[in-house]
Amino acid sequence: MCTYNTENIAITGSGKGANGWFSLSDATVYFDHPVHAMAEHTLNIDFRNPAGGPSARVAVELTAESARALAAAIEAALASVPAALVS
Amino acid sequence: MSEELTAQTIRITGFGGDALEAYLSVPDDGAAPRGSVVVIHHMPGYDSSSKEIVRKFAANGYAALMPNLYFREAPGASPDDAAATARANGGVPDERLVGDVAGASDYLRALPGSTGKVGVIGYCSGGRQSFLAACSLQLDAAVDCYGACIVNAPPEGMPLKVKPIVELAPQLSCPLLGLFGADDKYPAPEETAELSAVLDGLGKPHEFHTYEGAGHAFFSVDRPAYRPEAATDGWRRIFDFYARYLAS
Repeated sequence: MCTYNTENIAITGSGKGANGWFSLSDATVYFDHPVHAMAEHTLNIDFRNPAGGPSARVAVELTAESARALAAAIEAALASVPAALVS
Repeated sequence: MSEELTAQTIRITGFGGDALEAYLSVPDDGAAPRGSVVVIHHMPGYDSSSKEIVRKFAANGYAALMPNLYFREAPGASPDDAAATARANGGVPDERLVGDVAGASDYLRALPGSTGKVGVIGYCSGGRQSFLAACSLQLDAAVDCYGACIVNAPPEGMPLKVKPIVELAPQLSCPLLGLFGADDKYPAPEETAELSAVLDGLGKPHEFHTYEGAGHAFFSVDRPAYRPEAATDGWRRIFDFYARYLAS
């Protein structure tokens, strides 16, 4: 289906898109049809900067299993360094 | 049929008088009398595979026009970036969709050779929008390819701006062809059966076909969901349906 369901969050950081690096201000996360991945549904993340126009976007499309592994890896990476570094 | 055609990007006037990008394909038939079709693209946007559908209608004798529903948010952007922007903004409002389809159908009716008959077809989210347009505008034939959220509300927990529109069914202005997959969950066969029952009760002409072994997006030739048998039979039914209702 087209799930439409979208999580929007504000983020701080940078991403590298088609035109090089740019500052990120938003991320949208949703489980829906991918554009490129060969799966019926994927967990999609758009790292964006709407002020830079629609093309200021870094996109990933991950299988559900991959997305969960990524989320766990992010948590593990953050947990593996001194708390003072990530506070 | 020669299957010769011309395809180009044009500007049309959509909802609110906005200038919209649109993809037009017309048979090279010397403006012989022909019906027209407004193509509503799927949620991933105004993309190459949707343009291929527009050309397929022209190759089969129809003038076809697809407005870029995301043009306002993302003029000139690649289709996937435009779709991402539209999604982040909450999608296409129903009122705007109807205005854009109205602009497209007006453009088609004014083309040389138009019989004045205009059909509409939509895929995925566009399936619901095809039904919406056919209940809001005076059209001649509508095709809904696996559109969800016509009868049922979105699953609980989804902050979805799309709402069920089955209450519009009494205003359905034309016959409706529905093509669905038996394995689809949105819309599930139960939802499409309920829509069929509502249309039966209203005496609204419709034909629904649900393909075994097919799920959502079975027409998408470049996706794993593609089901050649369902898609081939579906196309046959679409052209049979339009031949009946859009010819002279």
